[in-house]
Amino acid sequence: MAAVTSNSTREEQVKALQKKEARRRRLPLLPALLFTIVVTQVPFLMSLYYSFTKWTVTPPSPREWIGIENYTDAFTNMFFRQAAMTSVIMTLTSVVLSVILGTGVALLLDRKFFGQGFVRTLIITPFLVMPVVAGLVWKNQMFSAAFGVLNWVLNQVGVESIEFASKFPRWSIVGVLVWQWTPFMMLIILAGLQGQSSSVIEAAKVDGASPRATFFQITLPHLRPYIELGVLLGSIYLIQVFDHIVVMTGGGPGSTNVPLFVNQRSIGGGWRFGSASAFSIVVVVATIILATFGLRVLSGLLEGEEAA
Amino acid sequence: MSNNNAGPVVGKRTIGGYLLSVLAWFVGFLFFFPVFWMALSGFKTEADANGPPKLFFEPTTEQFSEVTGDTTGLLSAGEAFSNSFWAVVISTFFVMVLAVPAAYALSIKPVSKWKDVLFFFISTKFLPIVAAILPLWIIARELDLLNTRLVLIILYTAMNLPLAIWMLRSFFSEVPKELIEAAQIDGAKLWGQISSVILPIVAPGLAATALLCVIFAWNEFFLAVQLNPIEGSTVPIWVTGNVSTRGNFLAKLSAASTLATLPVIIAGWMAQKRMIRGLAMGAIK
Repeated sequence: MAAVTSNSTREEQVKALQKKEARRRRLPLLPALLFTIVVTQVPFLMSLYYSFTKWTVTPPSPREWIGIENYTDAFTNMFFRQAAMTSVIMTLTSVVLSVILGTGVALLLDRKFFGQGFVRTLIITPFLVMPVVAGLVWKNQMFSAAFGVLNWVLNQVGVESIEFASKFPRWSIVGVLVWQWTPFMMLIILAGLQGQSSSVIEAAKVDGASPRATFFQITLPHLRPYIELGVLLGSIYLIQVFDHIVVMTGGGPGSTNVPLFVNQRSIGGGWRFGSASAFSIVVVVATIILATFGLRVLSGLLEGEEAA
Repeated sequence: MSNNNAGPVVGKRTIGGYLLSVLAWFVGFLFFFPVFWMALSGFKTEADANGPPKLFFEPTTEQFSEVTGDTTGLLSAGEAFSNSFWAVVISTFFVMVLAVPAAYALSIKPVSKWKDVLFFFISTKFLPIVAAILPLWIIARELDLLNTRLVLIILYTAMNLPLAIWMLRSFFSEVPKELIEAAQIDGAKLWGQISSVILPIVAPGLAATALLCVIFAWNEFFLAVQLNPIEGSTVPIWVTGNVSTRGNFLAKLSAASTLATLPVIIAGWMAQKRMIRGLAMGAIK
């Protein structure tokens, strides 16, 4: 290195300059970083502290330190386990179903046909609908036994009306979530399909590959990062689902997920802040495990960019 | 967007291709139907809406004037829309003000550990909001922020910031390096560089990002209902207020829902292509 031969003051100068440059680069980042740390990490640390205390707001009681008691309670609480199960099942099924359907719809839209753009616009609309509205419209106007369009269709083919939201609370909610998130997955996967080079597909066709083989051996591997991105973003939002459940079933049998459960125990009426905090910390830890996996996916995505 | 997709051309004029097009249209209508039905029911009388599904009826705008009219003691449409409007517009403005320089520091002139920083931002989206709602409620109560627009503005800014940084970073990394270097030789300072060279190029991306923030903030219900149940309530809360336990409400609810969703649906239709490019392309290219 050239620096070895130069005198030490020069070296120091270079170092100082580098430091200055690093600080200059950091500066634009700081406002966003500080804001995010304050607004997201402070509440989290407070939750962590509360989770080791016994603290009931109504009736008011002093906050006392009780160690890990809330946690042992959380793990033996049957209702919490059920809520955790519901969260896992609802998130998993709605993500998987919307990815599969989204891929199917994307393949349908990735062909030239009359009204292509219009049909795509129709299909993305559910994603834009306010969640409480989506829940209410489906519950009252699609699923309802008395006036629901879905039941009207079933009646035409000789099936008796079903009050979906109360008979199948969990799956009714999953249905609405899939309706809202399929368009989102479709858009991401469509972006992937349109970035696929046509020469590879042509070559496969010339070589006599069947459309099915072409899809599974060429298109699907190409789509993988897009599908991963869809799964990642979908999971982040779907694990937090609250609005749909509140307006559709209010947490009826099998549809209370963790967000709803924690809410019921704290400011939604239970007012047991200590134990509610312990529940939420357990959720955070579980989510961090999921996040580690998610971030690895993300890391793969970013590395792809660096290589390019 | 490239039009030279190979797969699609296959069987374009065959019966199979024709059937696939018909299927695409059918799926399109299937997905859109509940929204169409909601808007349609908004023009019905309660008698028409609360009965077997009816496609043809005498349309009326009676429900729209009823839901937008004031009823004492209830959250009025005007109040809810103005609360939502200000919470959404100001929070989106703050998001952009914070995210543009941050995205710059993560892409064009990256800080040394830009990946870790980006991870940190995204990881805050993994924290379930329920884990924070309790302390947030306590802090807001201590600071007298419950039932104010300000509390929603702050939280919507935090909620959308990671996604905005993620999207903007991907748009920024598409700016040709030569352009930035040229601006540097000209001695342009940071803000001069951002405003004169980068912003014009990424303007469509900025618009798409802002629109996505608007959509998420406009539709947000959980924080609003927890922190602002009495005053400063937003449109989603106003919609749920039209559900009544007594008497028929479906036509009224449909009218309210249509008004509530319309702004965001139109915004989304306009931005659909760019939104996805921002979400998907920068991450994968």
